[in-house]
Amino acid sequence: MAEVNESGAAIYKNPGGTEDLVVLSPYKINYIHSYAQDSKFFLGLAQGKLLGSECRNCHTKYATPRSHCMNCGHETKWFPLPLEGRVHSWTTCYFGSEEFLKETPFNLVLVEFEGVDSFLLSRLFGLKEDDIYIGMKVKAEFRKPPKYLISDVHFVPAAGKGSTGR
Amino acid sequence: MPGQRKVYAISGGVTKFAKAHSEMDFRLMVKRAYDYAMNDVPRLKAKDIESSRISYFSDHFARQLKAASMVQDFLGLNPRDSRRIEWGGATGGQAIQAGWETIASGRNDVCLVAGFETMSSVETWKGNEFIALASDTNFDYPVGGFYTGYYALMVQRHIYEFLRRKKFAKIKDEREAQHAATKEAKRIMAMVSVKNHVNALNNPYAQYPEKMTMEGALGREVIAHPLNRPAVCTMSDGAAVMILASEETAYKYTDHPVLIKGVGCGTDTMRLADRPQGSVPLFPWETKEYYSDLKYPGVHSFRAGRTAALEAYKNAGIRHPLEEISFVELHDAYASSEIQTYEDIGLCRYGEGYGFVEEGHPFMEGIEYGLKLPHKGTIPVNPSGGLIACGHPVGATGIMQGVFAFWQLQRTVGKHFGNDKLQVEGAKRGLIHSHAGTGSAVTVTILERA
Repeated sequence: MAEVNESGAAIYKNPGGTEDLVVLSPYKINYIHSYAQDSKFFLGLAQGKLLGSECRNCHTKYATPRSHCMNCGHETKWFPLPLEGRVHSWTTCYFGSEEFLKETPFNLVLVEFEGVDSFLLSRLFGLKEDDIYIGMKVKAEFRKPPKYLISDVHFVPAAGKGSTGR
Repeated sequence: MPGQRKVYAISGGVTKFAKAHSEMDFRLMVKRAYDYAMNDVPRLKAKDIESSRISYFSDHFARQLKAASMVQDFLGLNPRDSRRIEWGGATGGQAIQAGWETIASGRNDVCLVAGFETMSSVETWKGNEFIALASDTNFDYPVGGFYTGYYALMVQRHIYEFLRRKKFAKIKDEREAQHAATKEAKRIMAMVSVKNHVNALNNPYAQYPEKMTMEGALGREVIAHPLNRPAVCTMSDGAAVMILASEETAYKYTDHPVLIKGVGCGTDTMRLADRPQGSVPLFPWETKEYYSDLKYPGVHSFRAGRTAALEAYKNAGIRHPLEEISFVELHDAYASSEIQTYEDIGLCRYGEGYGFVEEGHPFMEGIEYGLKLPHKGTIPVNPSGGLIACGHPVGATGIMQGVFAFWQLQRTVGKHFGNDKLQVEGAKRGLIHSHAGTGSAVTVTILERA
């Protein structure tokens, strides 16, 4: 049993006779965060563009940007990703970080793109759990106005063979 | 391991893991575990603890930076050598290996390895949010990525690679085939949940022991498809310590030290999206023909776990784990990652994890699970109940596994648990496995009865 006072502090009485005093302690932060060498990707999303990184040396292509190649260490250059891809894996989240609970249930998807070596993590809109399958075609859509977050892009089922049909 | 001194575990202590311990702060939790360990080796005095390696995961939970400094201070170990270790869920395993290193190198003769986490300082989904901040905060966290979601993405692909494309290859319709494969995987994961919860009934340190049944394990709410509540570990408040010593020193304090026979560690990319599509690093008994059509690790398997096991087996001189390891305490943050880990550490081939469970190999021979298990007890996995049933106070978990393995190999489970139902008979060598989210680092440590 806890006794709560006006400031929100609670006092728990333990069986042995000791007391635990528990207080509420709010905390809020505003970060000044630079996207730094990844900035062009997020500026691209705001313009309805999906940009990947290609290594200038070994030509590994990344769907999630990185300024330097993890295979050979050289600088990469930007290249336009196809706007269509396929589901490499997916899940439906019924819970999540506190910040995103109000958006549940939502679908996460790892999208694979033709000719690109790595994937992009994003949301898949417009489909229920039972209708999603690995291999189905999806296409990118962009949020307007942009918030300059990765969630400025999301995916929806694409039409054509291998899409929502079997 | 050539050129290094032998390192032994001489004692251990664990607090009972609980959702919240409002009566102890992190300092007192570590002290309780430490006092328990010291009590078990009464000839060892506090002044003999030359060094410490202290582990906790998240500054966010305690909102107290440099908390390791407060533990060192509270235990009265100033002014001696210490270091803080952190790498997500692998924190505890890495702390044990850091303790191993300071003794193996000759720098110290005694080291206290201590870990803790206090996760009750925030509500559950805020806690999940903190943990999710250990994923890429530019690309993964802001789409609503959180750890159960990431592991769900991994098991979905694992199911596709190894069930849909193999056992369910004959079903033509893609969606139907994937649904059937997922149903099968959920059934097997439920068996893992049953195993770990039922084992924990005999572990007084466990947070959620339960006489779980298959219906119970299958029936509960889904967190992120296909992972439901019984398949997911819980947040916890807890602490664990191990005391390590050089060979000569160990025998001064105990007649039954346990040798740390081999250590290994591997890593992989932070983002699942960046996991390569390459080939499997093979164990000596595997051939590349086993995996000729498999792109690896992709998002279905843990290359870090395979890498850690390869190094540890080589250092420990293990030819095949099934022949030489008596039990495993592995990092089952998710029932799915337990199955994936069997494959990473070579208990079975990649793709055979589901069958390995179904046949009964990782279950305890002497425990009744209410399941038909033709090959019970081949190699008990998580006799303690694992993370799923014991709880997962991140900084302490890997060390808790070490303590339970240590008691198994000392054959003192009965003394510390108050019953010997979980004592693996004739245990000679144990493997502990500590794992950071989504396999960004994995440690494998082999312990051996001296």
